[in-house]
Amino acid sequence: MSNLLLFPIIIPLFFATVLMIFPKRLKLQRFLAATGAAATLIAALVLLAKVNAEGVQAVTLGSWPAPFGISMVSDPLSALLVVTTSIITLFVVFYSFPTIGVKREQSFYYPAVLFLMVGVNGAFTTGDIFNLFVFVEVLLMASYTLIVHGGEKPQLRESIKYLLVNIISSALFVAAVAFLYSVTGTLNMADLAVKIPQIEETGILTVIAVMFLVVFGFKAAIFPLYFWLPGSYYSPPVPILALFGALLTKVGVYAIMRTYTLFFTMNITFTHELLGIIAILTILAGCVGALAYFDVKKIIIYNIIIAVGVILFGIAQLNQPGVDGSIFYLLHDMLIKAALFFLVGIVAVLFGTTDLRKMGGLIKTYPFLGWTYLVAAFGLAGIPPLSGFPGKLLIVQGGFEGPQFWGSIVILATSLIVLLSAVRIFIYAFWGEPVETVPLKKSVFNQMFIPTVILVAITVVFGVGAELFMPFISGAGEVLLNPSIYIDAVLKE
Amino acid sequence: MRTNDVMLQTATKVVTFIILMFAVHIFFAGHYTPGGGFVGGLLTTSAIVLLMLAFDIETVKKILPLNYVTMTAIGLLLALATAAASIIFDVPFFTHAYDYFDLPLFGKTSLHSAMLFDAGVYLVVVGVTMTIIQTIGEDE
Repeated sequence: MSNLLLFPIIIPLFFATVLMIFPKRLKLQRFLAATGAAATLIAALVLLAKVNAEGVQAVTLGSWPAPFGISMVSDPLSALLVVTTSIITLFVVFYSFPTIGVKREQSFYYPAVLFLMVGVNGAFTTGDIFNLFVFVEVLLMASYTLIVHGGEKPQLRESIKYLLVNIISSALFVAAVAFLYSVTGTLNMADLAVKIPQIEETGILTVIAVMFLVVFGFKAAIFPLYFWLPGSYYSPPVPILALFGALLTKVGVYAIMRTYTLFFTMNITFTHELLGIIAILTILAGCVGALAYFDVKKIIIYNIIIAVGVILFGIAQLNQPGVDGSIFYLLHDMLIKAALFFLVGIVAVLFGTTDLRKMGGLIKTYPFLGWTYLVAAFGLAGIPPLSGFPGKLLIVQGGFEGPQFWGSIVILATSLIVLLSAVRIFIYAFWGEPVETVPLKKSVFNQMFIPTVILVAITVVFGVGAELFMPFISGAGEVLLNPSIYIDAVLKE
Repeated sequence: MRTNDVMLQTATKVVTFIILMFAVHIFFAGHYTPGGGFVGGLLTTSAIVLLMLAFDIETVKKILPLNYVTMTAIGLLLALATAAASIIFDVPFFTHAYDYFDLPLFGKTSLHSAMLFDAGVYLVVVGVTMTIIQTIGEDE
């Protein structure tokens, strides 16, 4: 089955298309959306097993020979990311049932979620830089729909910002791709990895590498290009926010990871040092935001930016612990962010506000919710043995082995700020004098809480059983550090 | 204010069919020569939009009682199914098949499975553009 690696893209596309035909049939919409996401998860797991057993999978569309056709490549990193994406989308679909509202559900909400999944999975799987642009556009189209979905006033205001930023960065993307093509004459990533070392003038390639960093930096929300993120992510409802926070910036992070390990390695002393410095600045900027706000959603949103910085710092080191750590932390961050947004979503529903100062005493009425939140918060900050710890440990180790040891110190110090920002929510919302909560039916609460608990449990397993997952992670890291494995798999014919 | 649009309406009745015929021609011209589902779809849409300008949305809805969202979905399914047929034959996705046939009237003709994909594209383009135009047009 040479086409297996395309299944996580085709299945959600099929289900999204079918769902477009009968938007008003609520039960069928929910059922098919969940089925589609679950089927994608199964396909992704099968794919991961196959990649793990047989090595990097590649298929070039339309039976064209490899550098000319569009290659789709599934290496351990992309297979892991596709699995994580599928898990998150499935839980977001479950979490949407009680929270998103019937009106939205009947206006193409689930097709948009599944189209987003198509774009994200495609971006993780593609082996062609122009095709990456196409899949990024697919996921952006879906995200435009979702961010404005429902048409509330703040959504409309923020969606204009979001649209503008993304259209500009997409235009830059195409320009950067054109520059790259004019210099190298190819857009196939594996072929680029072969051609770029043969080009002697590294100056122009360094410029192109930085252009790509800007383009992907817009998507990944690195310093100073993150300005659009806090406002835009704040406006849509929580399930959409969870989906965006967990997946969208990670596509940008993945793209930087891929390009900066596979082929933009001609001038490491400049590009990767720049990446490392930007990563640290991103962390610091995120920390300022995470402490500055009294709004639960804002605090977690700024934590997205911090995590992006941490992951990119690991990649910038370009050594084994750094890259392994980045991959681990990337997967951890996708899961934990979705879980945290689910949790603060429940808290916000219970209090009818997202302002921390109007909350309090929830631990008396919802103790289990409180402890689940605390576990997730500790996981976010990286307290052992939870899932944030192994990744951060490896990244810090990678930093100490490289020239940017000071970056590791910053990461260690800012971990405390991350902990503080997350625990602040716990202190304000769960401790203190009980504030009157919005009455919520037990069944509705459970519908929201069960997917959340399972997701938190997955992150706990991911952290406690880190040893179990390490072979997958180091396998992914090995491919990133030895581009020849990737190149051979694509250009085998 | 209602303008006198007898000229426009009379001309539209003829021109619409010319545009539609040309759309079909452009659609089949695709693959080897410029044309294909995308341009064909845009031409078809332009014909329908011309009808809307000459008459009004309600009349056009009566003439063409189509749900354009469903049309988009069917187009996508058709395109996806054509591409996915390669899965059954276990060749890389999007691999297309073609052969030459002796058809009555046309003579020796090459038939491509890519044409079905293009038909899907055609439906998607007509569906999407008409949905956009209708949504903007209906807004009072």
